[in-house]
Amino acid sequence: MNRIAKSATDSLGAETALNMGCCPPGQPGAGYGHLPSAPLAVPNADPSAYVRRKSDGAFELFLIVENITCPACVPDIEKALGRIPGVDQARVNLTLGRLHVTWRDPALQAGQISATLSAHGYRAIAYNAAMLDRLEDDRDRRLLRALAVAGFASANIMLLSVSIWSGNVTDMGTATRDFFHWVSALIALPTIAYAGQPFFASAWSALRAGRVNMDVPISLGVLLATLASVMESVRSGVHAYFDAAVMLLFFLLIGRYLEQNMRGRTRSVAANLLALKAVAATVIEPSGQRRSYPADQLKPGMTVFVAPGDRIPADGIVIRGRSDVDASLVTGESLPVVAGVNSQVYAGTLPLTGTLDITVTSADQDTLLGQIVELMTAAASAKSGHALLADRAARYYAPTVHVLAAATFLGWLLLGSGGWHPALMCAVAVLIITCPCALGLAIPAVQTVATGALLRWGVLLKSGDGLERLAGADTVVFDKTGTLTLGRPELIAGTGYTHDNLTLAARLAQSTRHPLATALTRALPALPHAVPVHEAAGLGVSAVIDGQLVKLGSRFWCDVPEDGPPENGASELWLKKQGSAPVRFSFRDMPRSDAAEVIAALKSLGLRIEILSGDRASAVRPLARALSVDAVTAEARPDTKLTRLQALSQQGRKVLMVGDGLNDAPALAAAYVSMSPSSAADISQTAADIVFRGENLWPVVQSIRIGRASKRRMIENLALAIIYNIIAVPLAMAGWVTPLIAALAMSGSSVIVVLNALRLGWRT
Amino acid sequence: MTVIIYLLPVALFLGLLGLGAFLWCLKDHQYDDLKGAAYRAVMDQDAAED
Repeated sequence: MNRIAKSATDSLGAETALNMGCCPPGQPGAGYGHLPSAPLAVPNADPSAYVRRKSDGAFELFLIVENITCPACVPDIEKALGRIPGVDQARVNLTLGRLHVTWRDPALQAGQISATLSAHGYRAIAYNAAMLDRLEDDRDRRLLRALAVAGFASANIMLLSVSIWSGNVTDMGTATRDFFHWVSALIALPTIAYAGQPFFASAWSALRAGRVNMDVPISLGVLLATLASVMESVRSGVHAYFDAAVMLLFFLLIGRYLEQNMRGRTRSVAANLLALKAVAATVIEPSGQRRSYPADQLKPGMTVFVAPGDRIPADGIVIRGRSDVDASLVTGESLPVVAGVNSQVYAGTLPLTGTLDITVTSADQDTLLGQIVELMTAAASAKSGHALLADRAARYYAPTVHVLAAATFLGWLLLGSGGWHPALMCAVAVLIITCPCALGLAIPAVQTVATGALLRWGVLLKSGDGLERLAGADTVVFDKTGTLTLGRPELIAGTGYTHDNLTLAARLAQSTRHPLATALTRALPALPHAVPVHEAAGLGVSAVIDGQLVKLGSRFWCDVPEDGPPENGASELWLKKQGSAPVRFSFRDMPRSDAAEVIAALKSLGLRIEILSGDRASAVRPLARALSVDAVTAEARPDTKLTRLQALSQQGRKVLMVGDGLNDAPALAAAYVSMSPSSAADISQTAADIVFRGENLWPVVQSIRIGRASKRRMIENLALAIIYNIIAVPLAMAGWVTPLIAALAMSGSSVIVVLNALRLGWRT
Repeated sequence: MTVIIYLLPVALFLGLLGLGAFLWCLKDHQYDDLKGAAYRAVMDQDAAED
């Protein structure tokens, strides 16, 4: 089959696959594994704390829109916001998933913008634009400018060089050749001065620090080649290397740009995740007025209001209200706990059923969340530095090249008969031939192709070297709740209830966000009519249907006597109709549909599997048995997980940690390489090297496969580059390399390396 | 062959024109959102009505 056509359909298929995770009007099951799927509107925090005033008096607001991945979202959002009176411009950046809104009317409240986005089913979080590094954007653009200039110059000089080369074998006059050389110099000199800057700057700073990096031989080669070529032009010689010098810059800039581009994508993902932490909180002032306030500026003693579906911004004590609180991201427990007046609640947890007023006891760094982050930062910095393949190659490469060039120069000077001129030309030829053109492209090209291939599987590579480390992993440690399982309860089918009972229960369940209730409604293909209910947080709901009182909720709520703990760690919900016997619904946190398959595939790839969970042993063991995993640790606290990982790495194991909870974050940071599902806690996604989307675990297997394949490809590419050098360097030292041969060798090796990298894309 | 005295500057000038156009696009932020721009071209009809 035609390969290009195949890869085209592949990427098309991938687009649609990715789009399924997106898309507007709050379709149930759109992405957020942990959130009970909200009917249409999603709650958004008030962004007014992040509105900035531009110098020309207009207001602007930057937002990250979480669930925007498909193009249809763009006009949807822009038109909806454009309809708000006063809004001047709303512009979506689809690549980065960000939204920029400007307006002049001071009467327009930022809350209207987020409310509009809510109504259309988008989760939007305002962020401080100054926080996201604009300097980096600038550097991206400078690199692209340099690339364009080098591309233009190398094409034009190459045209002139081809004329010179064909002139050399026919009857071109010396005057014409000199003229062409000088025109080449006219193009090359400014280009090298401009496009060479990234390399010169880096080489200079390395030299000043007493080190040698890859840019030193590059700069030296380019500068010497230019210098020698100018001298050749002056004495109307035959060989000038202007084309080689500029082409070298062009190829290396391509490699640099690919690398930067990939890092940029990574960076924007990381920045989005970081910005998500700084959600706005709603503070109730002593006067009773409510005000939006950046969460990181909360002080102990303040009172905050939290609506169902908003994360609690700081640790505190509840002073008003009652709600089921989903703490799964913090503790790994899949069932919500009840918080009433005087309960302690933690930052990052999620009230589900009622509003809460909370007095802040500790904020920002001092919260439980903050402490976990601290543990995570410490673990990340303690992680031993991983020497990248490219850096290891560079360490040997640069000195070798310099020694060879110097030896050539001295050899020709002492043994040759022509004096310093041929000696210099030969040394320049060595420097040009060895310039790590292919080497500079070998690894970025593979990384770019692999990132693209991973993206098709819904896998986002956050750190550039994640791919290389993924290839080295020999042990996989899984968290249970939310990773091996879906992290949400599912109704166990056919246990003592009738379809009528289920339908009745679903009518009540629709009005609450409690995960068990949501599971109940999910069990039915079509939803029955909802009834207005009365909700008692932590207990259940009740409604009057046809004059009869119907209750749905806990055992206590439905007046069912206790009869021992439920078997197998299952949780339950009772339905009580006035005048008839209570009915029980049992739920279990189901493993992801492909969990067993994934474990088996990983084992066949030669990896050892371990489960490390914060949940009760009675819930973990049956799952481990079902997945046939022997090494199991249950009831592990965040620091126990961390210790376990450190112990493993001391045994010389390279661990891939897959986890989603806040309690996994330190372990994720400490692991050799780590992955998180996109339903994970923000902190965990920040800590993980790789984030994958969707309901399946299969991306874990696919990532390891792609990681291994790309590592193989990188090594092949390095080998190709070295073979090329082994052939070309002796020729150059012998003085047989002319500018024509240099140009052919350079572009030939680069093309081979890039083609080899592209093979990765065809296979996967 | 004297014609190349004129032709070379002309060719270079045309090339520089292209380079200039690219750099201008870059400065104009046209490369900031490649993915979005690709789809805007086909979806703008509705937006124009507003």
